[in-house]
Amino acid sequence: MQDLGIRVLFMGNNFARLLQGLWVAFRIALIAVAFSMILGIFLGILMTWKNPVARVLTRFYLEFIRIMPQLVLLFLVFFGLTKAFGINLSGETSAIIVFTFWGTAEMGDLVRGALISIPKHQYESGEALGLEKMQVYRYIIIPQTLRRLIPLAINLTTRMIKTTSLIVLIGVVEVLKTGQQIIEANRYTVPDSALWIYGTIFFLYFLVCWPISLLASRLEKKWKN
Amino acid sequence: MDTQFIAKYIPLYVEAAKLTLRLGLLGILFSMIVGLACSLIQYYRIPVLRRVVAVYIELSRNTPLLVQLFFLYFGLPKLNIRLSSEACALIGLGFLGGSYMAESFRSGLESIDKIQEESGLSVGLTHIQVMRYVILPQALSVSIPGICANMIFLIKETSVFSVVALPDLMYVAKDLIGLYYKTDEALLILVIAYLVLLLPISIAASLLERRLRYAGFGN
Amino acid sequence: MNEKEILLEVRHLHKDYGNGPVLKDISLEVHKGEVVVIIGPSGCGKSTLLRCMNGLEPIQSGEILLDGKVITDSKTKWSEIRQKIGMVFQSYDLFPHMTVMDNILLGPMKAQGRAKKEVTQEAETLLSRVGLLEKRDAYPRQLSGGQKQRVAIVRALIMKPEIMLFDEVTAALDPEMVREVLDVMLELAREGSTMMIVTHEMQFARAVADRIVFLDEGLIAESDTPENFFTQPRTDRAKRFLNTFIFTK
Repeated sequence: MQDLGIRVLFMGNNFARLLQGLWVAFRIALIAVAFSMILGIFLGILMTWKNPVARVLTRFYLEFIRIMPQLVLLFLVFFGLTKAFGINLSGETSAIIVFTFWGTAEMGDLVRGALISIPKHQYESGEALGLEKMQVYRYIIIPQTLRRLIPLAINLTTRMIKTTSLIVLIGVVEVLKTGQQIIEANRYTVPDSALWIYGTIFFLYFLVCWPISLLASRLEKKWKN
Repeated sequence: MDTQFIAKYIPLYVEAAKLTLRLGLLGILFSMIVGLACSLIQYYRIPVLRRVVAVYIELSRNTPLLVQLFFLYFGLPKLNIRLSSEACALIGLGFLGGSYMAESFRSGLESIDKIQEESGLSVGLTHIQVMRYVILPQALSVSIPGICANMIFLIKETSVFSVVALPDLMYVAKDLIGLYYKTDEALLILVIAYLVLLLPISIAASLLERRLRYAGFGN
Repeated sequence: MNEKEILLEVRHLHKDYGNGPVLKDISLEVHKGEVVVIIGPSGCGKSTLLRCMNGLEPIQSGEILLDGKVITDSKTKWSEIRQKIGMVFQSYDLFPHMTVMDNILLGPMKAQGRAKKEVTQEAETLLSRVGLLEKRDAYPRQLSGGQKQRVAIVRALIMKPEIMLFDEVTAALDPEMVREVLDVMLELAREGSTMMIVTHEMQFARAVADRIVFLDEGLIAESDTPENFFTQPRTDRAKRFLNTFIFTK
């Protein structure tokens, strides 16, 4: 019966299992975002340095990470590192490593962009008021940088959450994999469960990402001036 | 490094790269059509349709392509809507890319002063002519950097096409790793293949962007 | 003047942007060959009046007639009417992605479907009249403000309009460029063009106008010859308005 397929969600603890699966991906995203924010700030500051070696290295890192599909990066770490060093990385660890590398690159570029967008006269007029260098940063530069940065960093979080859906392809049991298992288990009793399960996953992702996107665009509008 | 192995399997990658490129370019074209249509609906504030567009953009931007593809490829057949692998891939990429392209077109359209439309009208052009000859050419030059970034993004996104059983670059690499344990070789060619696909586009885009930024019409 | 035929007529025009009326009961006639200059304090509705005449603003009631035909009903094909009513705006409104020549040719070729060769010749004649023939292949950003406005005038003229509307065309210009634009307009007036001009340049208004219309708070407060208006204004508002332009030590 076509219209009863939805019942698969309420059989046993299926829905809770889906949420658990989503949490697996979500947790990886959160850990990677947390690392990326911290490391990205350092990378961003490093990228504003005039030192040519720092410039070339950070540039190369950024360009390589950005041009490669994230799935390729996952393969490189999950299959490549394991083989090269003989260490057996779990899918989750590989994912955290890859998404931290990727997030740090993205965050670094955002920090760099925010830093260089503060006009030079802001530093000068701060000093003209008799503020010390640290005070100029504390009261003038950092607050302005943060206002530009925070909405973009929140956006990076939604991108991270969407991108961590890729971990199913290196064998992590997350929401899509859990969905597959539920579909397999109910193949004969609920033949059209795939429609409902994948539809549900689609909306679960939407329900997680949408509020975060809304928050980012609200803040962006509010701080535009 | 097993060079013989590499030489033997490079043709497989070339075939896969062709598939990636073909579907990627078609998907980009599809995205641009969807995106332009959506941005025009928003620009002219067409009632009802603009609400539909707003909902579509939020849905598309807040869900992963991978999940969209699972739904299209495994979910829809249960409604007796059976799409081929390629059709799923193209619909998925167009659905995803359309909203990104719409944002780029929209920012271009919004950057054009209202007076341009009015002065176009004042020389007797119709609204469609004003859009075609006055507004769009100017808006496009503002949108191009965003469109280029979206193109690169969309080609990268094609890397999940293997889940709908398309023999793309990831598919080939995973096959070779699984079958022959030639991990280093398989990954090396994979990285090179994506560099060959994406570097030229990326370099062309940044050159184009620099030209647009430092020169206007008549410089 | 009055014996000449009426080209454009405004009857009981009301215009409201939604927060109070901007134009209240405006009635006005422009005869063929007449130059009407509209002046008044900022915010009195001068620009709005011109924009209504070119269909750029919807109106709430009243009507506008061109050659005796109503052009403000829903059947009006504005793209055709606008070919007969030329308009030049305050801000530089040239199309930045086109050369001077392409700016001028766009209307005649796309709206009127005229042949490129024929209009190009006409455009060259008009450009040389405003002293800009050598700029035919330049882009707008390579021109000064005054040059841009002269091109904008040519772009409107090439449509062979029956009447030209000028909406504060010198207001955004550097002072030293105002003259070159006003000279072009004086020349057009001398040739007998029908024009409606909104301006803040009082000396120019006096020199170019056949009739001055003083607009105040959305109403026509006075309509008179320039001689009468500038020497003996009848209303207090007009007196005060004119006083703001006189500087005494």
